[in-house]
Amino acid sequence: MSTSVASAVAVHRIEVRRRTEAGDPAADALLSDAADLELDLRPTGAARIDVYLLQGDLRAEELDRIGRDLLADPVMQMAELGATAVPPGHALIEVHPLPGVMDPAAASISTALEAILGRDRAASIEVRTGVRWELAGISPEAAHRLATRLLANPVVHAIHGEAYLPDAFPAGHERAFEVRSIEISSLDDEALERLSRDAHLFLSLEEMQAIQRHYRDLGREPREIELESLAQTWSEHCVHKTLKATIEYREPDGGGSGPSLLESASSRPGHELIGPGVVRIDNLLKSTVAAATHRLMAEDLDDWCLSVFVDNAGVVAFDDDHAVCMKVETHNHPSALEPYGGAATGIGGCIRDIMGTGLAAKPIAATDVFCVATDQPGELPEGCLHPRRTLSEVVAGVRDYGNRMGIPTLDGGVWFDDRYVGNPLVYCGCIGVMPRDRVEGDAMPGDRIIALGGRTGRDGIHGATFSSAELTDTHADEFSHAVQIGNPITEKITLDAVLAARDHESGCLFRAITDCGAGGFSSAVGEMGEKLGADVRLDRAPVKYAGLTPVEVWISEAQERMVLAVPPEKVDTLAAICDDHGVEWCDLGEFGTPGRELILHWGETEVGRISMEFLHDGVPMPVREATWDPEWAAAEAGGADPGVESRPPVTGGADLLAMAESLLRHPNLASKAWIIRQYDHEVQGGAVLRPFAGPNDGPGDAAIIRPVPDRPRGLAIGHGLATGLARDPYLMGLAAIDECVRNMVCVGADPTRIAILDNFCWPSCGDPRNLGSLVRASEACLDGGIAYRTPFVSGKDSLNNQFSTEDGRTIRVPPTLLISGMGLVEDESIATSMDAKQDGSRLVVVGSTSDRLGGSHFLRIGGDPGAGRDELPVTDLVRGPRTARAVAEAIRAGIVRSAHDPSEGGLLVAAIEMAFSGGLGIDLDLDAVPTDGAASATATAFAEDPSRYLLEVAESDLQKLSDLLGDLPHAVIGTFGGTDVQVRSDEFEAASSPADGFLDAWNKGCER
Amino acid sequence: MTGMDSCSSFGDGAPRALVVTAPGINCDGELARAFAEAGARPESILFERLRREPTLVDDFELIGLPGGFSYGDDGGAGRILAQLIRRNLYPALAAAIARGVPMIAPCNGFQIAVQAGLLPGPDAGADWPVEPASPLVALAPNTSGRFRDDWTEVDVPADTRCIWTAGLTDVDASVRLLPSAHGEGRFIADSSTVAMLEQEGRVAVRYAEGTNFNGSTGAIAGICDASGLVLGLMPHPERYTRWSQHPTWTRLDAGIRSGEPLGLLMFRNAVRHAMAPSA
Repeated sequence: MSTSVASAVAVHRIEVRRRTEAGDPAADALLSDAADLELDLRPTGAARIDVYLLQGDLRAEELDRIGRDLLADPVMQMAELGATAVPPGHALIEVHPLPGVMDPAAASISTALEAILGRDRAASIEVRTGVRWELAGISPEAAHRLATRLLANPVVHAIHGEAYLPDAFPAGHERAFEVRSIEISSLDDEALERLSRDAHLFLSLEEMQAIQRHYRDLGREPREIELESLAQTWSEHCVHKTLKATIEYREPDGGGSGPSLLESASSRPGHELIGPGVVRIDNLLKSTVAAATHRLMAEDLDDWCLSVFVDNAGVVAFDDDHAVCMKVETHNHPSALEPYGGAATGIGGCIRDIMGTGLAAKPIAATDVFCVATDQPGELPEGCLHPRRTLSEVVAGVRDYGNRMGIPTLDGGVWFDDRYVGNPLVYCGCIGVMPRDRVEGDAMPGDRIIALGGRTGRDGIHGATFSSAELTDTHADEFSHAVQIGNPITEKITLDAVLAARDHESGCLFRAITDCGAGGFSSAVGEMGEKLGADVRLDRAPVKYAGLTPVEVWISEAQERMVLAVPPEKVDTLAAICDDHGVEWCDLGEFGTPGRELILHWGETEVGRISMEFLHDGVPMPVREATWDPEWAAAEAGGADPGVESRPPVTGGADLLAMAESLLRHPNLASKAWIIRQYDHEVQGGAVLRPFAGPNDGPGDAAIIRPVPDRPRGLAIGHGLATGLARDPYLMGLAAIDECVRNMVCVGADPTRIAILDNFCWPSCGDPRNLGSLVRASEACLDGGIAYRTPFVSGKDSLNNQFSTEDGRTIRVPPTLLISGMGLVEDESIATSMDAKQDGSRLVVVGSTSDRLGGSHFLRIGGDPGAGRDELPVTDLVRGPRTARAVAEAIRAGIVRSAHDPSEGGLLVAAIEMAFSGGLGIDLDLDAVPTDGAASATATAFAEDPSRYLLEVAESDLQKLSDLLGDLPHAVIGTFGGTDVQVRSDEFEAASSPADGFLDAWNKGCER
Repeated sequence: MTGMDSCSSFGDGAPRALVVTAPGINCDGELARAFAEAGARPESILFERLRREPTLVDDFELIGLPGGFSYGDDGGAGRILAQLIRRNLYPALAAAIARGVPMIAPCNGFQIAVQAGLLPGPDAGADWPVEPASPLVALAPNTSGRFRDDWTEVDVPADTRCIWTAGLTDVDASVRLLPSAHGEGRFIADSSTVAMLEQEGRVAVRYAEGTNFNGSTGAIAGICDASGLVLGLMPHPERYTRWSQHPTWTRLDAGIRSGEPLGLLMFRNAVRHAMAPSA
């Protein structure tokens, strides 16, 4: 393939227009989207035309055939050469990718040209694609504004007001490169900090000083590429220096609202009470999250946890022959600037983590959880996209990448809170399966460093360091290069080639594999070669365009690249597989150097040399200050949704049902069908329980798949998120773990075989108060993980999620801890969905309810605080796990027709969900609900206490269930049947309302 | 690959099924498995290899063009692979059909088949043309403009000549469903073509009343060629070969589950046909 240096030959233009009879849904969609905007931005008509630009030596009749045979479908479309005239009364907008931005369509079209021109000629043609919009009844100025709102993102697109036909494609130019040294030995602290900031290194003063000392000892100045390597490897994103730091945690007497950590400090690994009110924690991650896992492994989970915290994903045993692994990543900052590309490359990167686990796992399911602002965020700060557009494009990004990769997206959720307006959270997860004998791999000295997949360009440079920074209103300009568009097809063929190489008849063709994520080659090769050293030949990497410097090649975060350690004698076999799959590969050098060094070459010139020891162990770990400030946390957590009017107290059954309907309309609870339906749940044929339950597509608690399609053993996939309890992240963390376990147990998972993952998204932990709240959430992971016997197998943190507005305000996201889980389902015949199955069966609640309404959705929508106590619900670490095991036992015994987890909205809402999902009504007696102390009927209906389950059981099985539950609080609280929801309590007269009405409210609450 | 082991016990007489894969094809796994579950011996081969050795096709008694996003569906769903097939593989495929090999093309495979000259194919009694015919029907973007994943009830016309769906008209409605997942599945053709397909019993499967979510002409979900051997359809029968794939299977009573799911029945039809002496 030729690089994209412009040749003298002309650029040709072909337009593909839709025939009227074929319809133009894309244009229709634009018109309906524009209907929400100001009057002058609403076109009266629109047409979408595909534009193809071909640079190369092409004859007219060849162009004609390319248009007619290749680009246009004769039934639906017609092709025209050149730029056609704009219809009178129309404004013209053309959207083309900026130079250097990935253009996946162009790559595929180039391949297809072979069919018409043959291979060699096709290779000499360069293709670009764009979109032309003809907009009626709108001025050119308005059209341009419309384009920036709905059709393009200036971060990656160029918007033209006329037909775009350049003389030649903009292209890179070969540059004579120089090996630059950066003078730091003489710099004072202020100058060091300036250098860190101006070069986008985002290193702290202590870190800059450590580098300065190191190079003074070496008696030379660092070279640019060495400094960049250190910045990448030492970035928060890669090294988790906050979570691994030594922390001094302070807390007021009694711990404020939640439990105190001071009292239990002595019993916590790596914790020490070093003074009044001060606990010193040595390596927070190791002493909390990881400590839980290692303790459980020391007890009896050692044979089950096959690889934890060391690889790209955590691995547990699935059956005698297979292991499963899971990884969840966030891609928050790129998604804030370019939601489509940010989310797509988010899921793409997480899939590559699975491909790069052990000796490669096969991705079999994906998950997505989004935290975004509501559709009415009040005034929109400068530099923020409207949250409605952010969510649409984030969904589209996950859809297009996941669907094209052929990976079912099976579990997810959306949490709305206006504090995510400048810094949305995009969690992407992926689950993989691999043979038990492919769980571990290590590079050996002499192995070749082989890169597979996409070409290297300037895309994503400084992504790792960027993710460690705080977003500001100017980031869109400063960091547009950190944002990228993915190419799922490149990743798919790379996956196919990697699996073919893993399963080759002669045995696995590689000894280790990892993906190029944050930091690009610098992180991938740096990690694989940590114990060996590596000699890298940067000039051998295939590039997207000429003119890349060695530094750019080394730290580029161009997508869809994997790095493999391949024994020299196996390179040819691997190469043949790559050629058959159309995957590009290159030999970047060799693992293993005499002095365990990272040596970087460009041609024969050495451009960098760093000792692996300093690169990986040289980062200083200063002691960090953490303060738990309950009053501040409570003020931060807020209460009712902004703009919500407080509602009058509930005085009758009718009010209660009206409140339940309002809750079902809340976007956090309402059906996400418009999102879920855009994801393919069935691809690979492994789905057993989908996101939808019952004839009315109710809200399933968790999904189940068959990782090994021809075996009936299942894997449940679920998550827990309790951001409503952010007032005390300790209680929030416990509730999230409990909810994750409940969701999985409800569908039939074995609670003694659930592995979980932690993903922290916190506001800046440079602020001791935020770090204090992070500590409490981490302690919850320690206590919850051990109590529920759910080992953490992997995790990730993103600790700078706040947005500074131009007027100097800081919008901090609520501390957000996502707990994701995978759990074994012995046999799919155990699988239980949440939709009520039978007229006449009884509804049993397990677990007790309190009048603690703190953090509930009841209060968020303006419910009367007088109905209960404004305290957070507390997870009982003895009763919670016991309840989970007992319920699982009942489900395994086959006496549970449907099971559902009452969380968001509370018990009444959950019971109604079960009823309408199964097309039934329900008669519910609130007085029968077991409570901790006195609780009003209203509190009983809407409190969001953890550790509760709703089970549908046949009258004839009630005794058996009761025997299994023993002394755990439980009671029959209702009967399914008819078509109405009826609610009773001695506090007020009964009321009833058709179940369909609730279904309708739930369907419309978040509809698009 | 994981999951492909021990699908079913292959007798020596089991017909061989070719599953064509290519960059972006991603339903080859479940398609191969469906063939295996129905008693065939599937083998997935990269298009790149078939391009070099088209004669490989001659060894097979069943053929599948799987779904996915071949070449990213860039330039149009299935467009690029269809062009490559027209140039490199059409003669081998046409010859296979002519000697009685059943072919199934779900989803992206359907989009490819209609552009590669494989569907609707020649008139009844006529031979396959040497040069691939230009497209007569198309799969346009869903009227919603959105990709949609859904299960829909389907009808099998009693008069269909499709060997894949023949005899499945009376399957119980509660399980006469198929899963779809596509953004470009709206079947369109000029009225004379539609009339011809209807009259000749070449509509193989239809979206049932009220479930035509993509806006297809005549609610047509799948068509076959004049011989009935070649089935192209937007739904994915290969994803409905075991009961736990049914969207509400936890509600199905044992009586219904004693039979086999619609998807598997379709593949059994084809395998039976491939093994019949006439084939």
